[in-house]
Amino acid sequence: MSEPKLLCRNVWKLFGPRAAETLRALGTSATPDRLRAAGLVTAVRGVDLAVGEGEIFVIMGLSGSGKSTLVRCLSRLVEPTAGEIIFHRQNLLAATEVEMIALRRHKMGMVFQHFALLPHMTVLQNVCFPLEVQGMARAAREETARRMIALVGLEGREESFPRQLSGGQQQRVGIARSLAADPELWFLDEPFSALDPLIRREMQDEFIRLQSVLRKTIVFITHDFDEAIRLADRIAIMKDGAVVQAGTPEEIVLHPATDYVRAFTAAVPRAKVVRVATVMAPPEGPAPAARIAGRATVAEAAPLFAGDVQAVAVTDGAGRVTGHLHRQAVIDLMLAG
Amino acid sequence: MSARPAPVTRRRPAPALWLLALRLLALWLPALAAFAALLTWGKPLAPWAFDWPDLLTPPVDRWISDFVRWLLNKATFGLFTFREATRALAAVVDAPYQIVRGLLTEGFGAWPPLSWPPLSWLGVIALVALIGHRAGGGRLAALVAGCFGFIAVFGKWTSAMVTLASILIAVPIGIAGGLLLGLAAYRWRWLARAITPVLDLMQTIPVFAYLVPILILFGFGPVAAILATVIYAMPPMTRITLLALARVPGEVRDLGRMVGCTRAQLTWRVMVPSAREGLMVGVNQVIMLSLNMVIIASMIGAGGLGFDVLAALRRLDFGGGLEAGFAIVALAVALDRLSQAAARPRADARRRPYLWAALATLLLAGVLAWLVPAAQNYPRGWQLSTGTFWNEVVRWINVNYFGTLEAIKTTLLLNVLIPIKRFLLGLPWLGVAALLALAGWRLGGWRLALLTWTLTSLIAMVDLWAEAMTTLYLCGISVVIAMLIGLPIGVAAAERDGLWRVVRVVIDTLQTLPSFVYLMPAVMLFRVGDFTAMLAVVAYAVAPAIRYTALGLQGVDPALVEAGRAMGCTRWQILTRIKLRLALPEILLGLNQTIMFALSMLVITALVGTRDLGQEVYIALTNANAGRGLVAGLCVAFIAIIADRLIGAAARQARARLGLEGAA
Ligand SMILES: Nc1ncnc2c1ncn2[C@@H]1O[C@H](COP(=O)(O)OP(=O)(O)O)[C@@H](O)[C@H]1O
Ligand SMILES: [Mg+2]
Repeated sequence: MSEPKLLCRNVWKLFGPRAAETLRALGTSATPDRLRAAGLVTAVRGVDLAVGEGEIFVIMGLSGSGKSTLVRCLSRLVEPTAGEIIFHRQNLLAATEVEMIALRRHKMGMVFQHFALLPHMTVLQNVCFPLEVQGMARAAREETARRMIALVGLEGREESFPRQLSGGQQQRVGIARSLAADPELWFLDEPFSALDPLIRREMQDEFIRLQSVLRKTIVFITHDFDEAIRLADRIAIMKDGAVVQAGTPEEIVLHPATDYVRAFTAAVPRAKVVRVATVMAPPEGPAPAARIAGRATVAEAAPLFAGDVQAVAVTDGAGRVTGHLHRQAVIDLMLAG
Repeated sequence: MSARPAPVTRRRPAPALWLLALRLLALWLPALAAFAALLTWGKPLAPWAFDWPDLLTPPVDRWISDFVRWLLNKATFGLFTFREATRALAAVVDAPYQIVRGLLTEGFGAWPPLSWPPLSWLGVIALVALIGHRAGGGRLAALVAGCFGFIAVFGKWTSAMVTLASILIAVPIGIAGGLLLGLAAYRWRWLARAITPVLDLMQTIPVFAYLVPILILFGFGPVAAILATVIYAMPPMTRITLLALARVPGEVRDLGRMVGCTRAQLTWRVMVPSAREGLMVGVNQVIMLSLNMVIIASMIGAGGLGFDVLAALRRLDFGGGLEAGFAIVALAVALDRLSQAAARPRADARRRPYLWAALATLLLAGVLAWLVPAAQNYPRGWQLSTGTFWNEVVRWINVNYFGTLEAIKTTLLLNVLIPIKRFLLGLPWLGVAALLALAGWRLGGWRLALLTWTLTSLIAMVDLWAEAMTTLYLCGISVVIAMLIGLPIGVAAAERDGLWRVVRVVIDTLQTLPSFVYLMPAVMLFRVGDFTAMLAVVAYAVAPAIRYTALGLQGVDPALVEAGRAMGCTRWQILTRIKLRLALPEILLGLNQTIMFALSMLVITALVGTRDLGQEVYIALTNANAGRGLVAGLCVAFIAIIADRLIGAAARQARARLGLEGAA
């Protein structure tokens, strides 16, 4: 990975009176128990992260583990108690309020769990709102907004009010709005958690489609491990404010760092995570007819073996054959659970 | 008897309750014994425990009066004096008032070639109907037009327009001021902490009390009346603004900051519009409270309908008073429904066609009024009056039922009211303060104990103990009766949807009536005195008793009722053992509201000759004695605060015992 787009070093967030002084006084001996004794709530505890350009970085953790607080620290909606947040080599914690407003207007977008649509505005006005705040002329902002609304598949609903839409449609509006200013960094705080399972699935597909077009740098929050596996390039797992493990879905499922992580990964079928490139053999013998990309999962490759196919050619991003995937390897992995 | 519940479920709560009762007795028995001892033998030993020595009474009223005089004559802010500041404020309020008043009643210019007539009655009715149509469709338009038509038909047009003019000035000032104060308090926590007790006091102190200082500072006239109305109607707006802003989801606030709003954009583009529904409740409150003030404000020069009511009451012309009262009600109903409809979001209604329609209406009405005089001023010949009818009704009732009414009144007075009054007047302030402090300590700890003790002794110290006890007696009896009426109605309505719908319409309407309206029928039938005051207070205070009981019972978790039914409880057992017990916190809140309503009405009943704190305030008003009025007014506020804090603490305790803390 080249230089990370967003870097966060030893970020802390404590809620309560005189948080910074207390943390400085305790130094390295700052455990949650001691902090609680000082009347402080520990929401984020010494988090280090690096998010690469164009990457979907998922932060996964149970409710109350500090995900929302962490993602709000990244845009300084919540003021971190200590640490460094570096975006484009600029330290955000040193930025003035005016600089932060400019950054949020032009470089960052956010999607919220409960949509956070403004009830008194139509869909079009909601999507226009970030541009209106910037002072963009009406014609220009409406043109952009209409494009965004079309992008999320809501043409024809421009004049509806949020309360007239279903949950899934409302979140589409939220997504369109967060993209209106064409941000580089896209934060999504549990965007699909308030939706029904079927709709959630549909929205995840929609999200994957959008990202294949947009190539944003994404921080995506979820409490659903399956969702994390499905969407992530890399995952950080949070517990009690700290990151317990960070890595690709494959690394996490194959090598869980702690029992806590293992409890999540145990139920995940390996074939859904392990990439074809990981289990392929070197390209020996005659080239098979069927081909598959190396970054596809084994589960995605399985249908190609229907009938009596024994091997499939594996290609890299440039279309070169880098190895062969054999029927036996697929079966072994699937039987392993 | 039908099926009994299983013995296990019956016996379970018994020991706990029994123990609780014992513990209560252990605490209260000695306290009450000491109290009784003080009552029986204390008087010769410690007369100061009954009547605070006059020598030690601080002349607070004189200090306040001196202070107001100093403000008026000497105070200065350097560049300008206090008096100049009040004059400037008065001028700022007066200018728009004169314009609106000119538009609605007097027209502009004194001499015919240069004069311009006011809006004609037809024009105003058409205009309000248009506003009604935009806010709530055809039915609302008809209702509003009907209300204004009613006013015209009964010959109250000019008075009503004078009243409307001052409402139209007071309401926007109250809304804007309350909103801005609320926004400031939301932004600066310390301001919120500082104004909360002031708001509490403002809502419990009777209006009469601050009429006097306003009268002294601004003189008799519409401006003073408008300012008094604003002071009365603004606190709920501030409070509701704070609540509504706090209720905006955190995510919406985050959204505003995330898209890069400046502070002003965040406030006016995100927070205020998102809090709109809550804020509109505040707007409605300001309107209703302003209308509630109409009659009181006319005591310091508002004129209009309030003046008509007051004048009729003084002439003992019940019919006339009632008619003017009806006109106020018509105005209240129209404005209430309009503001409620405006609160509901409507997607479709567009502004422009209405603007054109309004202009066209005005033009048409103007031309019509110019051509036909009857279209300008509602002709006298078309007016109806029911005044004589009502006077006849009262005469008829008095001729035929005088004996019965008199017998009811005398019996109740002799057997209930007077004995209770005697008993309360004989109580030593020391004992009462101690008992209240004990109750405060049990319910809310030593802080509450200290508060109740201090406030009670303060009342005794300023030598208003007898008046306070009279207030307590009238208020107490009225509240008990209101609860005795309200509880069964609330219980019955909670179980039957159809009945509840009817009851709700009735109590909603009752609450839109200005409090004076309750006084009139009572005076008509029973003339002046404590009994009349009590009737009016009960009528005014019964609405919250019903409402909170019904809402509390309806809010009980249906799963618990199901469980009770599964255990074989009878309906009666479900009601008494499950529903009423779980609804207790809510019912206590209802009791609290009933007391507040009763106290605010009680002050007004001073007009019918009670001898309580309200009378004290009222006398101060007629003598323009700022100190006396404020001190007595503060005593009423103290009583209200003591009741409010004790009941609030009891409700909290009940809620904690029922494990409902999170739900509250
Ligand atoms: N404004 C706040 N004040 C005090 N505590 C807070 C505040 N916001 C969050 N917390 C606490 O921080 C912890 C993490 O919360 P949050 O970041 O919302 O978790 P998540 O989004 O993972 O559910 C929780 O214990 C929560 O109670
Ligand atoms: Mg969260």
